[in-house]
This record gives sequence, structure tokens and C-alpha cells, in this order.
Amino acid sequence: MTPSRVAFAAILGKDLRSELRTLQSLPAMALFAVTAFIIFRFGLDRTSLSGSLASGVLWATLLFAAVLGINRLFVAEREEGGFDAIRLAPIDRSVLFAAKAAALIVYLVALELIAVPIFAVFFLDSAAALGPLVLVLVLTDLGLAAVGTLISSMAVNSRARDLLVPLVLLPLVVPLMIAATGATEPLMIVGGPGYHRFGTWLMVLGLYDLIFALIGWAVFDFLLED
Amino acid sequence: MPESQDQERPAVAVAGLRRDYGDRAALDGVGFELAAGATLVVLGPNGAGKTTLLRILATLLRPSGGEVLVLGCALPKEAWKLRGKIGYLGHEPLLYRDLSGRENLRFHARLHGIAGAAAEARIEELLAAAGMDRRGDDRVADLSAGMRQRLAICRCVLHRPELLLLDEPDSNLDAEGREAARELIGPGSGHTRVVVTHDPERFLPEADAVLRLGIGEAAAVT
Repeated sequence: MTPSRVAFAAILGKDLRSELRTLQSLPAMALFAVTAFIIFRFGLDRTSLSGSLASGVLWATLLFAAVLGINRLFVAEREEGGFDAIRLAPIDRSVLFAAKAAALIVYLVALELIAVPIFAVFFLDSAAALGPLVLVLVLTDLGLAAVGTLISSMAVNSRARDLLVPLVLLPLVVPLMIAATGATEPLMIVGGPGYHRFGTWLMVLGLYDLIFALIGWAVFDFLLED
Repeated sequence: MPESQDQERPAVAVAGLRRDYGDRAALDGVGFELAAGATLVVLGPNGAGKTTLLRILATLLRPSGGEVLVLGCALPKEAWKLRGKIGYLGHEPLLYRDLSGRENLRFHARLHGIAGAAAEARIEELLAAAGMDRRGDDRVADLSAGMRQRLAICRCVLHRPELLLLDEPDSNLDAEGREAARELIGPGSGHTRVVVTHDPERFLPEADAVLRLGIGEAAAVT
């Protein structure tokens, strides 16, 4: 049996190398986010946002940008035989779940490194919220990666993949988004950042991450069966 | 298991194998035994279940019924023990189009626990044997179908498997490619082999046993 850390590094390295070479996911995610911010800026006709509106604009944009990456997460495995290759190798198949989730986290972090500063320039009066926001971003990314990897692996075999991922994913991430916006809102209040119920929302995010990471790890092996 | 008993045990033993797709039986009542080091050639028309049989032996499909014993492992229960001992060459090359041949082979080597200098040496040995050493850094997407097939053969034997499951191994290969394939996966390569083919003239001379699958007919072993 190949050690799981070796297989994890091999799959993650392969995914990142492919993405760097083809740029199939990240540019689309970043372009979507920037375009959405421009539309919000002119649609809302506001040069400054705060509180729940700022939080909602940020997370709605990041979520829909993330869907673009989640849609393509397993396409190479499906279309180029990667599933078979991995099923033929002497590895724990759950490693594929972990490596794909890690690849998605890298995409989300890269997206946020581009989108969050642009959001701050477009809508925030102060950058003070950005420090504590990192914690919310990290915990939400973990949850999105866990549930996104699971849904993407199930939807990839369907011809209606592009429709199926948002249809199944979005209801499942409603609790995650409620917690993420709940944690972000006090950070972006006027004169903030504030920390009202910040810790509670972080705990909800952590619990969500744990539940979906465990579900994904437990069921992924069965999802790879014929 | 004592050595003599191990040598007597067939590498592959299949009895009453059935595989259903919905209401349709792709395989029904297939049975054969294959000794270690021997070659079984599987013949049959399109839709007879040849690829299905190969995918079951490769642990990629679960049988719907019957008994399948491969290298001493009962499928599907002990499939995890078998992975890594099988070299599978299917219709798809199982290579990522945006990576080069060398990058693909390094990826597969790592999945099979081969790393560092040992992996590099093995990859270069196989690329040279397949006549692909000069095109090994080209992206797979830029290669011809025949060159992809040569790389797929390298992938298939990279981890030195005991059993080769080959589905139309000569497809897309030119004369030079067929010669390279013969060296790597041919009867002299020392592997136990199950070869699915539509070209009996090419492969029957290499066969120790022949399995003929028919649509709606019982499988016949000769």
C-alpha cells in the first residue's frame, strides 16, 4: 500500500500543475468575482457598504465564484481516465477526496487573494476588518472544500453536471453561508470591526467543517465504486 | 501457502461469472482458469462483454454473481489486496492530456509507491523501450493516438505488475510500436496475460487458452 501522504502529494501536485498550465478554473473564478463586484457597485449605486449588506455582497460573490471551480474539480478524472488510474493504484481512495479538497482550498485562497482586496477598495472605508476576516475565510473555505468536493465527485458522472452542482450544493451550504455572513457582519459595521457573536459563528463554521469533512472521508470510497 | 501449492494455484480462476447492466446480462455463466505465466486470448463480437470481463478482473467493476479469484484474491471482497499487482490497458490511455508523458508516468509511479531515482530510471527505461524517449516531454494532448498508446503501455507495466489485462493492445500502433509492445507486454515479458482482441490472427499464436464470448450464448474455453 502506498503511504497516503505520498499519494496525497502526487494527486495535489498533479492538479496544481495542470491548473497552472491550463488556467481553466482560477481565471474564470477571479473574473466572475471582479465582474460581480463591479455590478454590485453600480447596481447598488453605493461607494461604501457596511454590516450585513457588505457581508452579503462579499459572500454571495465568493460562493458563486467557488461554484465555477467546484464544477471542474473532477472533470480531468472523468474525461481522461483519472478515476480508473486511481482505483487501480494501491492507495486509500479517501486520499483522492483529501487531495481534491486541498486543491479546491488552494483555488479558493487564490481567488480570495484577488477578490477580497478588490472588494475592500470598492466598498470598505477601512481595511481594519480584513485581519479578523481571514479567520472567517479560512473556516468557510474548509467547509466549501469539503462539501464542494463531495458534490463535485457525485455530479461529474452526470451530463447535467453544470446544473447539478449548484442545485445540490447551494442548499447544502446555506448553513455555512449563514454562519459566514453572521461572522462577517460585525467585522464590517460602521466604526468597526465589532465582534458581536463572532466567536459563536466561528464555532458553527468549525462544526460544519468537521461534519462535512467526516462525511466526505467516510463515503468517498463508496462514491468511486461502479 | 507452501510454494508448491502456490505454483499449482491458477493466477486467475473464474466460475459462473455474471454481470448485469440493469435488466441486461453483459456476462452470464463465464468460467475459466489461467495458469501463472500463461496467456488467455478473449474473442467475441462487439457487445459480448469482453471489456466488462477485463474491468471486473481489474477490480474496476463489481461482478453481479459468480466467483472470481485473481492472484489469490477473491473479488470484489479482497480487491484492495490486488491493486498494484495488475497492469491494465483499456480503451482509454489513462493519461492526463495537459501533462507530458514523463509527468504522467511520474504521477503513476508515485501512486504505486515508486519514487526518486528508482522511478526516474524505470521511466527512462520504459520510454526508451517504447521509442518515446525523445517525445517524453511533449504534452499528451500533442501526441498522436499511436504515441499515446505507447505511453499507455509504459504506464501499464511501470509498477512491474504480475498480471496484465490488455484490451486491444495493438490499437493505433504502427509496426515499430507493435514491436515495442511485444517486448514490453508480449508473451516473452514474463507476465500472466489476459488479452482482449478482434485480431485473432495476430494473437492466437500467443495463446495458451482462448475464451470465446458470444451474445446470449454460453462462453466457450478452448
